[in-house]
Amino acid sequence: MNSKTADRIATGVFVAIAIIIISILVGLFSYILVNGLKHISWEFLTTPSSNIRAGGGIRDQLFNSFYILLITMIIAVPLGVGGGIYMAEYAKPGKVTDIIRSCIEVLASLPSIVIGMFGLLMFVNVTGWGYTILGGALALTVFNLPVIVRVSEDSIRAVPRDLKEASLALGITHWHTIKTVILPSAFPSILTGVILAAGRVFGEAAALLFTAGLSTPRLDYTNWNPFSDQSPLNIFRPAETLAVHIWSVNTQGLIPDVEEVSNGSAAVLVISVLLFNLLARWIGRLIHKKITATK
Amino acid sequence: MSINTLTRQVYDINDLNLWYGEHHALKNINFPINKKEVTAIIGPSGCGKSTFIKTLNLMINMVPNVKMTGEINFNGQNILDEKMDLVELRKNVGMVFQKGNPFPQSIYDNVAYGPRIHGIKKKTHLDEVVIKSLMDVALWDEVKDRLNTPALGLSGGQQQRLCIARALATKPGVLLMDEPTSALDPISTLKIEELILELKEKYTIVIVTHNMQQASRVSDKTAFFLMGELIELDTTSTIFSNPHDSRTEGYITGRFG
Repeated sequence: MNSKTADRIATGVFVAIAIIIISILVGLFSYILVNGLKHISWEFLTTPSSNIRAGGGIRDQLFNSFYILLITMIIAVPLGVGGGIYMAEYAKPGKVTDIIRSCIEVLASLPSIVIGMFGLLMFVNVTGWGYTILGGALALTVFNLPVIVRVSEDSIRAVPRDLKEASLALGITHWHTIKTVILPSAFPSILTGVILAAGRVFGEAAALLFTAGLSTPRLDYTNWNPFSDQSPLNIFRPAETLAVHIWSVNTQGLIPDVEEVSNGSAAVLVISVLLFNLLARWIGRLIHKKITATK
Repeated sequence: MSINTLTRQVYDINDLNLWYGEHHALKNINFPINKKEVTAIIGPSGCGKSTFIKTLNLMINMVPNVKMTGEINFNGQNILDEKMDLVELRKNVGMVFQKGNPFPQSIYDNVAYGPRIHGIKKKTHLDEVVIKSLMDVALWDEVKDRLNTPALGLSGGQQQRLCIARALATKPGVLLMDEPTSALDPISTLKIEELILELKEKYTIVIVTHNMQQASRVSDKTAFFLMGELIELDTTSTIFSNPHDSRTEGYITGRFG
């Protein structure tokens, strides 16, 4: 076989692989959307769920998903990016750094159900909070921190060294160089990592079962006092997210319209993740344009 | 040493030795650098000339496992002293690198970067510094209409001049140039060389170059390095017409290197 034939075969193989991946994706998407879209209505999105009767919606679950995502990101992004900065810029090569890196990798490969059990122990029992949004967010932080640290470290290391040199040679301190040159250059890749992590948060169920719980109190969306039990903003209340809801109606749901609710929820979940990705990328691009002065 | 030579000296380097781990990269360097002169450093690859220029603003500290002994006196202060303030030193000693390395920001922000962080907050004052620095490098006319466009849209030669402007904006007394034209075409190179001759009115310049014609065109003094040693340091005309050391002669006549 001459090398031209080999080249043609290789091209064919990779095109085939790409087609397989795309068809799986398209198949999955259309299956979820075809089954789910017909159940989505304004009413479905704005009524609370019901435990027994048909016709329940997903209002609270949808809100909880976004709210837990927000709280998780508020905790995880500063910690994760900070960890990445430390690993890339401050950690001296050696044993200690290697140990830290191994810890991060082990943490990244923990199954989420194990993190859920850990969360139950730490954030539910030891703290005595019970099932809370904060507990869920902390468990998800444990779950996502390694990813964000890793992505931030890699993105910071990928910033050309001569940019850093140029800044230091101007008499700019290390911290200012990180803040004004390195982080802006690394921003697009860090953002990609954060969006991936956010997608995981959105779809995560196992880590939340035992930390944020399977129920949501009756919420009053006009109550904005974050310390009130009925307020959706209260971070010390239990909160069932969309992904957990799909799991729970399927395994222990008593409602007659289990299939409708779970298909509709699945479609809403997928669409939400998609919208969130697009929005985050769009905002990221705006910020990046502003820093780099590109039109 | 008379008072006169003392005040003319910006750098006075005594018995400088430098090791990368076990590798002895600079050996007993004694090197005075005079104010408002252009000093060129030549020598074959690996002779230590880049290492040497990076000791002058201690950028060498970025390399792990570097050890130095001796003295590098800058305006009478030994910068190898533990107490040396690197920020202050590098504000006074600007550096230009082999390849133009503008930040991925606008042209204006690139030049304003140093002075802004060093405390110039007023827009009018900042504008003044930016305009003056760009004029000093003869880039103003080429970019004045697009100060807010990305610096990476400039040509290679323009980027390098922008980097010189960025270094000048912090008002240094000394400008270090590490092979500033090695990545440029002949016309851009010529522009940078003309610029060096103009800048020497105001600045002390140390330039590392691979190009011996360049050294002879722009410099007042030339130093020849070989295997980590300073072989010869003299006026450029002496080095190129009547070197004392046979190794210098061998190098400049092209017998090796």
